[in-house]
Amino acid sequence: MAKMLPKTDVVIVGSGWAGGIAAAELSKKGYKVVGLERGKAQVREDFIGSKDELRYDSRKVMFQDLSKETLTIRNTTDEVASPNRSNDTNAINGTDTGGSGVHWNGMVYRWLPTDFEMLSKTVEKYGKDMIPKDMTVQDWGIKYDALEPYYDKFEKATGISGEPDPLRPGQRSSDYPTPPQKETEIIRTFTKAAKELGYHPYRIASANLSEAYTNPDGETINGCVYCAFCEAFGCDFGAKADPIATVLATASKTGNYELRNNAYAVRVVHENGKATGIKYVDTETGEEFIQPADLVVVSGFVFSNTRLMLLSEIGKPYNPKDGTGVIGKNLTAHQRNLTHTRVRGFFDEKKFNRYAGTGALGVTMDDFNVEQLDHTKLDFLHGFCLRTSQRGDRPISNNHVPEGTPSWGPEFKEKSLFYANRRIDVQQQNGALPWRENYMDLDPTYRDVFGDPLLRVTSKFHDQDRNIVKYAHQRSKELLEQMGADYITVPDINEDTEFDKTSLSDHTGGGVIMGENPETSAVNNYSQVWDMDNLFVVGASSFPHLGSSNPTATVGTLAYRATEGMIKVLENGGQLIQDGKETAAAK
Amino acid sequence: MADKNTNKPENNGQVADPSRRNFVKNSGIAVGGVAGGALLGGLFTSQFGKKDDKKSSSGADKKPEKRYEEARMFFTRFADFAILEQATERIFPEDKNGPGAIGLGVPYFIDKQLAGPYGNNVKDYRQGPFTNGNGTAADSSLNRGEIIINGLRKMSDESMKRFDAKFDDASEEQQTEILKDFEADKVQLKGISSKAFFKLLRTLTLEGAYCDPLYGGNRDMEGWKMKEYPGSIASYANMIEEKEFIKMDQISLTDYQPK
Repeated sequence: MAKMLPKTDVVIVGSGWAGGIAAAELSKKGYKVVGLERGKAQVREDFIGSKDELRYDSRKVMFQDLSKETLTIRNTTDEVASPNRSNDTNAINGTDTGGSGVHWNGMVYRWLPTDFEMLSKTVEKYGKDMIPKDMTVQDWGIKYDALEPYYDKFEKATGISGEPDPLRPGQRSSDYPTPPQKETEIIRTFTKAAKELGYHPYRIASANLSEAYTNPDGETINGCVYCAFCEAFGCDFGAKADPIATVLATASKTGNYELRNNAYAVRVVHENGKATGIKYVDTETGEEFIQPADLVVVSGFVFSNTRLMLLSEIGKPYNPKDGTGVIGKNLTAHQRNLTHTRVRGFFDEKKFNRYAGTGALGVTMDDFNVEQLDHTKLDFLHGFCLRTSQRGDRPISNNHVPEGTPSWGPEFKEKSLFYANRRIDVQQQNGALPWRENYMDLDPTYRDVFGDPLLRVTSKFHDQDRNIVKYAHQRSKELLEQMGADYITVPDINEDTEFDKTSLSDHTGGGVIMGENPETSAVNNYSQVWDMDNLFVVGASSFPHLGSSNPTATVGTLAYRATEGMIKVLENGGQLIQDGKETAAAK
Repeated sequence: MADKNTNKPENNGQVADPSRRNFVKNSGIAVGGVAGGALLGGLFTSQFGKKDDKKSSSGADKKPEKRYEEARMFFTRFADFAILEQATERIFPEDKNGPGAIGLGVPYFIDKQLAGPYGNNVKDYRQGPFTNGNGTAADSSLNRGEIIINGLRKMSDESMKRFDAKFDDASEEQQTEILKDFEADKVQLKGISSKAFFKLLRTLTLEGAYCDPLYGGNRDMEGWKMKEYPGSIASYANMIEEKEFIKMDQISLTDYQPK
């Protein structure tokens, strides 16, 4: 029997960017907030002296503990799903204080105006026949202009270092808070080649800051020293904007926020169409608790949010056969064996300082993004960014060799050593559009450590997904030729290339998507659940599809928007959107 | 062959230097194949006992350092460990660039890893039913330690069957042939595909070659030196903009971490 705890104003599941932003904004307003984090407590000191590739990158100790819970995965609905058992193949889902926001690389992109109106813009430009059968693309129920102030707020809270995209004039209300990071020879080489080809390269906006910065809440982030340990690592120097250094610190200072670690949320408790709290297990003692609250916020990774909704029986589960229901719908990802494949250029005469770098140190371009392309001449929708980044190559995970070289033995050793610093990769990242049978539901067989069904992922590639990547690889190859690479390896993507049943990607979206009406979406554009006014589900689970770049800034943006909605509901109650318009409660 | 095996009771008192044993074997091949392995080993023994042995991984002038951490935590049979040594050396061999897997301490690194949480799949989802769905080491109902043991023994069986020689007595070419067949999934293993076993072995070998030396691999940071990887340097802020390549001395976590 779960122990009932004293009621609080707000309970938040998760302490990553989404949960952290909600915690900061609500506690600043004076609301009493309890945060529940399934992982352990961590502070900045935990990351000092942590430059250990084997421990953090190979053994992935900052990622989710899969002995407690994982996903099951299959390609199609007629297959039996099997569990993703290891972090070797898991998405890099976070756990512990700050969630994935602590071990991210720090790339910050704003998604394009078209992203938020993907269905209507495509139909307007090309007619409705342009949408492939079974593509469940839809609008987000909000436009870029309405979201711009929240993007701006996220960038200022995190001190982002960057410069504007030359192809998007007038889309920013203010400059990035800090200038771009330093330029390296790899960045210079890419930029020169891109300009020679008539493109519009610009620096990737970075949460690894170019200089020390104090945000509007008074939190200071240090200047980056380019030490090369970002992805999968916490920052040794307090120089990466993460939830611990920013929003959680702000929430903590108010005295109104209590973060409980080792608190594994298992249900949203509800009664008569109203959320009443969160049931969780203290994983150190095994005890069950219910934390009652006036307002409940579910803000974990896509998988956690979707699974909590399904386990709690809130909202109608999506049915891929007839397209009815919403929970679990529109699962999309920048899959690692498709979107995240790279074209690699090897140089016999040029040697770069590849061991140095930061997660987001690089240069990108949007010349092939959705708004720049004429899709009547192409066999795909949406588009992609191209870029190169210098993260700092670590020796276990970087043993790339030109095509035709064996993957072990004398020749491999010789060439992997020779080319260790003689390489530039061009990476594409494309918009990932949703399909009718790519979705999530509860698995009929496998259970977690608490006895609950695991979440089941069903996902396969379509021609559209492969075509866009193949096209992008050719553009990447041309860029590397312009740079003068001696050997270029292009990943082999053909009609047999299929989702490899790893757990998708760290860039995963959908499941509890936002939209214009309750028939086709689970939450409104404040991330408020349509049929449960005091429940907000915040995070990448809200994305009806994935844009053509990294998702974190959009997660942060939707979280700031959501928190505004939460405050309105705490003040006035009620549903904030009806018939596509804001209600009296929202004013 | 096993004359330099200081892990055997009759050889105690000698300092282990597995790279020498490897050299003995390679020389054996050069002079006439595997048949006379034990004999050749015997012939070479006294020569390699000399302090000024140029082939020693620890350098010409240095007395080999006694490494108290190089005893087996996981492997119970020396025979299994001997196969592991040769297999990892084939994957990452000694060459003009520097030491191979044995000289870098990779076999002992793997032994330690398999004895710990990774070898026991502690952070993995381990509830059944197991369908070995993705054919990875984690999808097997065997843990990683069991997979490695089974795979190594199967390699030895294959070697006996094909060449009438134990794997660690077979020639480099013969060892390589067996490893290639495992990689190509041509050998039947119980509980996992030979391809998945090989992938795990290759991954562990590279990890041992390039991890921080605190784990017992990358001995003396020789793996990093060959790759011109500097290790745990605090800051690259002063050189990140440089056009030319900058070679740096290596720093390990032992030196980097605050004490």
